[in-house]
Amino acid sequence: MKNLQINSKFVPLLITIGLFLALFAAGSVSYEGFFSMQVVLNLLVDNAFLIIVGLSQALVIILGGIDLSCGALIALSSMVAAYSLSHLNLHPALAVLAVLIVCSAFGFVQGWLITYRKFQPFIATLCGMFVARGLCFMINQDTVPITDPFFVTMATTRIKLIPGAAISTSVIIALVIVALYIYIAHFTKFGRAVYAIGGNEQSARLMGLPVDRTKVLAYTLSGFTSGLAGIVFCFYMLSAYGLNAMALEMDAIAAAVIGGTLMTGGVGFVIGSVFGVMIEGIMQTLITFQGDLNSWWTRIAVAFLLCVFIVVQRVLVLKREAKKRIRPVEFIA
Amino acid sequence: MGTENVLVRMDGICKEFPGVKALDNVDFTLRHGEIHAVCGENGAGKSTLIKVLTGVEHNESGKIYLDGVAISPKTPMEAPALGISTVYQEVNLCPNLSVAENIFIGREPIRNGKIDWKEVNKRSEIALAKLNLKLDVSGRLDEYSVAIQQMVAIARALDISAKVLVLDEPTSSLNKIEVANLFRIMRKLKSEGMGIIFITHFLEQVYEISDQITILRNGQLVGQFETAKLDRLQLIAKMIGKDLAEFEKTIKEDVRDAGAAANEDAFYQARNLGQQGSINPFDIKIGKGEVMGLAGLLGSGRTESARVIFGIDEPDSGETEVDNKKVEIKTPADAIRLGFAFCSENRKTEGIVANLTIRENIILALQGKRGMGAYLSHKEQEEIAEKYVKLLNIITPSIEQLVGNLSGGNQQKVLLARWLATEAELLILDEPTRGIDIGAKAEVQKLVLQLAADGKAVLLISSELDEMVRCCSRMAVYKDKQKIGELKGAEISEINVMKTIAGGQK
Amino acid sequence: MESRKKMDKRLIDNQLFWPLFALAVLLVFDFFYLKGFFQIEIVEGHLYGSLIDIVNRATPLMFMSIGMTLVIASGGIDISVGSVLAISGAITAIMIGGDLVFVDGVQHHVAHYPMAVAILVALVAAVVGGLWNGLLIAKLGVNAMVGTLILLVAGRGIAQLIVDGNVITVYYEPFFYIGSGFFLGLPFSIYLVAAFLALIMWLVKKTAFGLFLEALGSNRVSSRFTGLNVQKIMWACYAISGLCAGIAGIIVASEVKSADANNAGLFIELDAILSVVLGGNSMAGGRFSVIGSVIGALVVQTLTTTIYAVGVPPEVTMVVKALVVIVIYLIQSQMGMKTLKTPAASAGEGALKAGEAKS
Ligand SMILES: Nc1ncnc2c1ncn2[C@@H]1O[C@H](COP(=O)(O)OP(=O)(O)OP(=O)(O)O)[C@@H](O)[C@H]1O
Ligand SMILES: [Mg+2]
Repeated sequence: MKNLQINSKFVPLLITIGLFLALFAAGSVSYEGFFSMQVVLNLLVDNAFLIIVGLSQALVIILGGIDLSCGALIALSSMVAAYSLSHLNLHPALAVLAVLIVCSAFGFVQGWLITYRKFQPFIATLCGMFVARGLCFMINQDTVPITDPFFVTMATTRIKLIPGAAISTSVIIALVIVALYIYIAHFTKFGRAVYAIGGNEQSARLMGLPVDRTKVLAYTLSGFTSGLAGIVFCFYMLSAYGLNAMALEMDAIAAAVIGGTLMTGGVGFVIGSVFGVMIEGIMQTLITFQGDLNSWWTRIAVAFLLCVFIVVQRVLVLKREAKKRIRPVEFIA
Repeated sequence: MGTENVLVRMDGICKEFPGVKALDNVDFTLRHGEIHAVCGENGAGKSTLIKVLTGVEHNESGKIYLDGVAISPKTPMEAPALGISTVYQEVNLCPNLSVAENIFIGREPIRNGKIDWKEVNKRSEIALAKLNLKLDVSGRLDEYSVAIQQMVAIARALDISAKVLVLDEPTSSLNKIEVANLFRIMRKLKSEGMGIIFITHFLEQVYEISDQITILRNGQLVGQFETAKLDRLQLIAKMIGKDLAEFEKTIKEDVRDAGAAANEDAFYQARNLGQQGSINPFDIKIGKGEVMGLAGLLGSGRTESARVIFGIDEPDSGETEVDNKKVEIKTPADAIRLGFAFCSENRKTEGIVANLTIRENIILALQGKRGMGAYLSHKEQEEIAEKYVKLLNIITPSIEQLVGNLSGGNQQKVLLARWLATEAELLILDEPTRGIDIGAKAEVQKLVLQLAADGKAVLLISSELDEMVRCCSRMAVYKDKQKIGELKGAEISEINVMKTIAGGQK
Repeated sequence: MESRKKMDKRLIDNQLFWPLFALAVLLVFDFFYLKGFFQIEIVEGHLYGSLIDIVNRATPLMFMSIGMTLVIASGGIDISVGSVLAISGAITAIMIGGDLVFVDGVQHHVAHYPMAVAILVALVAAVVGGLWNGLLIAKLGVNAMVGTLILLVAGRGIAQLIVDGNVITVYYEPFFYIGSGFFLGLPFSIYLVAAFLALIMWLVKKTAFGLFLEALGSNRVSSRFTGLNVQKIMWACYAISGLCAGIAGIIVASEVKSADANNAGLFIELDAILSVVLGGNSMAGGRFSVIGSVIGALVVQTLTTTIYAVGVPPEVTMVVKALVVIVIYLIQSQMGMKTLKTPAASAGEGALKAGEAKS
């Protein structure tokens, strides 16, 4: 009985995983060559940067906010990296550092505006997005290739897991960050304060939690993580362009929500975002395997799959909630 | 009164909100090993006084000393560090977190760089056991009833080892047994030298537990008294600032007759109504002109019954009749159309709309019943709002004040007014007098009986048995999600209710 | 009585003062830095000038900000409006199309379908889009941002499908009147906004819709317990928002005499949301002011026009726009929000959350 109850909070997550498996099964039945380890691993390889921002997005959403700047920050990261490598001839490590500093600064300013100047998160991070995109074009309006040997090595190295199936270094980085986020979200005071604030900010304040500090820190962390994703993105693209990662924030948000994070804050698992991204990825893969769709049918198909998924998830959750009852208690006489 | 042994001293505290002087030059002294009650009508400034102490609100003038050292907490974050532990009036916990986490958040034990969840769960079970409560601490807080949430808040406050414990109406939804438990712990803490500030509208509790009483009225200090030297009548007189005679008149036996006059016409009748898991099927009949009570311990299924009757939770068994006609009630809107009203026990999340004004809150249900088109004119709205503000003595600078800015008790009154304004045929009142001062409480009880006398049906749930006994003409008793019996007329007494609960297992 | 009047007045001050103030500051800037900004000429009985131009250009945004206000007040958001705009524009363009025919050497414009029919179909499609959002959000309880994201993605695809990936040019003179015609000296579209605004104001102020919407946006659970038909109100909001986007789509198509499914209304949802927020509305829902949002739309358009007129290089425009918005918002939050954002307001937000999580 008790075990069942504990598990109940994992149900949305389990539903997500189940639906992922269902999609994969559907793909395997419909398309030849779909059922392979490499198809699954490619989901990770192609979406490593999205997994990373999916995590930070989930945390910010759990906080009760949103971060629209992550896509633009990824573009800015690659631009800053490319610029510092090719124009300033910085050491790759310094280039990475520069990226992380710039992105953290963005996150910090957004967090500060939201926390101490009462900006609505949507607006603050929207402005951040505009500024970051604008900065990209101020640095360079064209595509800038990245030719630094370190970046190239990172981009091209493949690690064989089993014969015929390999992952990139980016996947390893992404998985490390996943582990880090799980630790932060579930095993640190900061992470729990994020949940508390998302549940009820006023109560969190009255319970004596460091609400302001936590909020600023969460947004700064989100900026920092976008920077990391940006670097992974460089490994993936080996070039920088101001319009890269356009509307990626929407994918990140969708990933978090598909993964069971509630937009209203306070509820969800960061790990859910990983499965959210995988599901988005597998939808793309399905469409690629289908092959003969033009750009608008692709759009419609993506939306259709997303819709089916969201609706199925919602219906399952609704069914479960309908059964929810006030919990029993015992009084010790 | 010497200065020896003084734990907290507040000197000349002033605090003003737009249009309200919430605290006007108030002094307050708390000693070590003392339980100090703060009394006053709704909106007198009690909660504001403690919020100033804990740094939620900031006083414009005046000084605060803790153990002789001047302090001026800027945020509630500083209070625990100073050794002040607080239960605020509204349940201020995080509904999305587990019970255990709510007790420990902000001070979780860390082991190997990680929060030690096992320890958190274990220690919160212990903390709750001190209140004689056993529950699954890993369950989400909002899966439990308000009363349990209140107990969790208390458990949290008790677990923080502090010099000063502040309890702002902690007992408003607890019944006698739980209150007794709480008092036992309070006495123990007191003997260990802790100073406890205790706010309540229950005068018997004031007399049972407190050593000193500070009385506030309209933001001003009436005085500080030794409990033993101030009798009940004097206390009331000082709180409401007028003579007692007229007040006492309001609650009298004659009202009981109104209940007895209940005719046999059932307004509402249900057979086998139930919802799996929340309330076992029960029969109930509520006649026109009668006050039907639902009695039982916490979690016995009273609120659940009311929710099923009102269509908040869709029943999965049973049939209902209103005015002898078969009806289906699946949503609150259905119920309201049939002339029901439901005043929820959970005023913060299910009751008031904090961002709307008093006027808008009061007319909301009435307007909902009339529909979107038949919009009440501004003037009609004002008239209705003014009427209930006066009737229930809602303390506010204007009916255009946001309800969120009112004191807890006044919010409750607004909620009550909202449903009274619908002139419903069946009024379901779940803890209608929670947090309401004694003057208004009597007024509400009188009103309930008056409504019954006018031929309305009333369903009353209250954790205060004496209130139930005073108002009800019939009473259904619940235990373990099950209706186990009914009491009628002269059978209704506190003893009989307790006997039924103890004996009855059906 | 007296004090009530005073409080009412203060509320209005709060809601509308700051958007108006921001607009005034921008205009004053324009007055000093842009020559002839305030000049209004009369050409062929029509008024011309930068001011008129701003208002005219702002009409699609004003429409969308009206719909967006209602949706945001209900506690949601509608990011699909740009795609709905594209759909509606595509439908009108393809249905009107228009050929130039010479009958006896005289030019004639012939529409494929009657203009009224085309417009009606476009508007119906837009409302259907809104209802679809309502289905997901009100009925199934999908989060608004995600629910409308589906239509955001699909809608543009549908718009492209309608025009088969082409930019459809319209050759039908009467259709251009909607977006670029003049009536009594002023652009015709301004009258459309005014009329629609009047209709919405009637709905919000003279019926209980406004009250219900504010209650719903502030505390959904308690609104349901009060017997309000929460779902119906939400459906209505999304439908109106769809309708607004549809009208905007027609105006845009008429103005540029064509439909570009790829780019029409791209990212306009962001401007619409900005307008609502600059109009003094909270994205948390509850209290709202439609007029504020319309002024907000004017602020956004004035800002955009100013940035172009001043000659800010294109790569910097976004940065400048963002920074100005931040400054405007900073001033608002410093002075105006003090009274708006009381602890009570945040308590309401908390309650809303609890409600959404449950329902
Ligand atoms: N944030 C606020 N804004 C405006 N007025 C407020 C605010 N908080 C409290 N008040 C006003 O201050 C006065 C004192 O409120 P307080 O909450 O201290 O009363 P209380 O004595 O605790 O009453 P109750 O018994 O109802 O809890 C009330 O008139 C209330 O309306
Ligand atoms: Mg109080």
